[in-house]
Amino acid sequence: MSQPVALFRDHFGIDERAIDRTLGTALERSVDHADLFFEYTSQDSVVLEEGIVKSGDRHLIQGAGVRVQTGERQGYAHSDEITVESLELAAGTARAISERGSEGGSVAIAGSGAPQHDLYPVAMSPTDVPVARKVALLGEIDAYARARDPRIKQVMASVVCQLRNVMIAASDGTWVADVQPLVRLNVQVIAEDEGGRREIGYQGAGGRTELDAYLSPEGWKPIADEAVRLALVNLDAVPCPAGTLDIVLGPGWPGILLHEAVGHGLEGDFNRKGTSAFAGRIGERVASPGVTVVDDGTLPGRRGSLNVDDEGTPTSRTVLIEDGILQGYLHDRMNARLMGHAPTGNGRRESYAHLPMPRMTNTFMLAGEDDPEDIVRSVKNGLYAVTFGGGQVDITNGRFVFSASEAYKIEDGRITQPVKGATLIGNGPEVLTQVSRIGHDLELDRGVGTCGKDGQGVPVGVGLPTIRVDQLTVGGTEG
Amino acid sequence: MSAENALEQALQGALRGGAHSADSVCIESDSSEVRVRGEEIEHVKQARERTLGLRVFVEGATGLQQAITSTSDLSEKAIERLAEDSVALARETAPDPDAGLPQDGFAGELPELDLLVAKDREAGIERHVEAAREAEAAARQVDERIVNSEGADAGSSFRRVHYANSAGFDGRYESASHSISCSPIAADAQGAMQTDYWYTVARSLAALDAPAAVGKRAAERALAQLGARRIATGEYPVVFDSPTARSLLGSLVGCLSGYAVYRKSSFLAGRLGETIAASGITVIDDGRLPAGLGSRPFDGEGQPTRRNVIVEGGCLRSYLLDTYSARKLGMASTGNATRGAGSAPGVGSTNLWLEPGAAGSLDDILADTGKGLLVTGMFGQGFNPVTGDFSRGAKGFWIEDGKPAYPVEEITIAGNLGDMLCDVNAIGNELLWLGNVAAPPLRIARMTIAGDG
Repeated sequence: MSQPVALFRDHFGIDERAIDRTLGTALERSVDHADLFFEYTSQDSVVLEEGIVKSGDRHLIQGAGVRVQTGERQGYAHSDEITVESLELAAGTARAISERGSEGGSVAIAGSGAPQHDLYPVAMSPTDVPVARKVALLGEIDAYARARDPRIKQVMASVVCQLRNVMIAASDGTWVADVQPLVRLNVQVIAEDEGGRREIGYQGAGGRTELDAYLSPEGWKPIADEAVRLALVNLDAVPCPAGTLDIVLGPGWPGILLHEAVGHGLEGDFNRKGTSAFAGRIGERVASPGVTVVDDGTLPGRRGSLNVDDEGTPTSRTVLIEDGILQGYLHDRMNARLMGHAPTGNGRRESYAHLPMPRMTNTFMLAGEDDPEDIVRSVKNGLYAVTFGGGQVDITNGRFVFSASEAYKIEDGRITQPVKGATLIGNGPEVLTQVSRIGHDLELDRGVGTCGKDGQGVPVGVGLPTIRVDQLTVGGTEG
Repeated sequence: MSAENALEQALQGALRGGAHSADSVCIESDSSEVRVRGEEIEHVKQARERTLGLRVFVEGATGLQQAITSTSDLSEKAIERLAEDSVALARETAPDPDAGLPQDGFAGELPELDLLVAKDREAGIERHVEAAREAEAAARQVDERIVNSEGADAGSSFRRVHYANSAGFDGRYESASHSISCSPIAADAQGAMQTDYWYTVARSLAALDAPAAVGKRAAERALAQLGARRIATGEYPVVFDSPTARSLLGSLVGCLSGYAVYRKSSFLAGRLGETIAASGITVIDDGRLPAGLGSRPFDGEGQPTRRNVIVEGGCLRSYLLDTYSARKLGMASTGNATRGAGSAPGVGSTNLWLEPGAAGSLDDILADTGKGLLVTGMFGQGFNPVTGDFSRGAKGFWIEDGKPAYPVEEITIAGNLGDMLCDVNAIGNELLWLGNVAAPPLRIARMTIAGDG
């Protein structure tokens, strides 16, 4: 028996019979689908600032939700009390949205509760690593970052560890449970030069792994080095040009372009409802030849990966764009059912207190054949953007924006001055047709992405090889 | 276990376990939400939640050591373990001479702030369904080019906050929040789509705008954006309508936080008493506005909320402070501590607004502008609080002859918030509360717009 199954049975009395009974209640009127979602998450964090760890945090989040679907309708009730009684009540509330006639429901869940994938086995949960070890780690990072350069005036570092136990049971007999570890290390520094100019540098990393990966200097030093380097680069940054420029995006985190420009627009719900700029465009060219974009929730240990999504569907690799042609959408169960497609394992939710929606996992562009240095050399005057903050998209008109935290001018094919505050804006269905070069250097990001949609945040990954995008609008202050 | 008992047990457990002092908050909420789309119910959500948060301090060599914990399991056993674990966790952290509960100044008699109307609890889910349907239907009736919708939402949430600490403060209050929103989609003859939204939010159902008015305004905003194009790169005067001016003010709020100030991660650090904005700019934070969306009788540490003048005639008068950030800066708390059950204490605005000015309505400001950009939507996170550098995506209207000439999209507006505040040269007279931060429409003399060329 899997660990969460035993946890929910032993701590809360939620056994197979209780599940069958609750699903039966949810199904008392004729509905298309009913499911139960149980969550028990522990999370701890330690934060260092001004050279000391001032506080330790530990939070326990538990709850259960009952959902009933009929056609395009969903009823959802949730409670942080995990008891058989509160489940029965929630099931009654959820099913009240169905207005169809009554038919008795009965369900028997099956299986062992174990998912097909095993993408993040951990011998020791990151939440079980002694707090003293985490405190020591942050102390080492602080001392190291300050010693790197006298201009580093502030270091804020944190380590956040989570263990999420989930169990999903559904009226189609689905019964699966998963233990999802997640770690994240953050290093932020403030550098100040002699003139009093201050700039920030941030780097983070993480994934569904043991904390061990970050406890050794080989693990954390590159993160601290990057944060320091970024702050120092930004001390020299000049105002960014404004206008339309040829852009080279560096590998890795700039893959946020794909997430904003095409990923959201390909989520099944928007396309079923016809509210996405991509709706009805499968089979059409939406990107240059050579551009292939996939969403893959099955990469071992990645922040965006899951053994099963939050509806119990195994995650998969979905080709969104192949050689420039739009191939498919990302689905949860309801949107797949209503569109006559297969679920893709993208039904995700922030917690038991939220309804699942189609969401991305790890979204990236496959490598091409160009040499990254050649790509930079091919641009006469433009911008080389390597690190980004956040982005946002209006899926209906396709306009997206994302903000660079490290970018340089390209002058005569050479990378020159760093620029500050570069915001890139474009049109999702068009931008990938402006991709003219694709590097051979695909990288995935370091594992820090959180995607927001309809008020819910979920961990995601992105990736990109070096690419050239012709004529993108850059929002700076130098006209 | 009841919230009262759980809270008392957590505090006692911590002190028995060796804590020097402790505080605890229990937040209970009941919420319901409906989304209607195409006049059909898309989802109905109902939830009941209770979370207990505990903060303990233990004595260290040079100060107090702190831990912050929370649980939604309110059983006796779980609370007992939480208290023990919290004390053990606090012993792992470093002593901090500035850490600790406020010593005094706790809120006395709590004012009645009209944060909840009892009979609103009886309004059933059907009322939400009806409101959402009305809003969506009204949007569709505005024009046949309203072809689709992301739906209309209506919902209510009722919260009960109970905070107590070992220094003797014990207070509780209840509040409610109700809202209706609508997101219609307009399409032109070529099928190009635009969406926008509008919403109303209030402490009582009676204070909400009519659902039909919400739907109509949302539809008008989406329709007005049809046929949007880019404009040429350049420097222009930029007018912000009330919602986008509110967003600018929101960026400023983060820079006023005592935490950002003592960490020097705010461009306003060290600027108290200096001119940071145009002389017409006065910003007030007042936690005791009757029925205010940011009102509360006491803050997250039991300190009384109050009226604070933050910026007066362009001069920076105060930061937003809790006890800790105030001690770090050698100042006193401003009653702006926030406290969620599952998060560390921090600082936030209560009801914060930019005082209306003399420039009249938005239309009056446009008429006075002649040529420039009206911004009605901003997106992306292009703001750096350390430097004030600002560069965000925008949409809105090109202003010609003092009137909107055509809709604009896919452009960015950029500047530095410090300069932008000094360059405000018109402040309207309409204050619109769409949350706990509000601003009238305003104009910034010059910003860089990136578009074509």
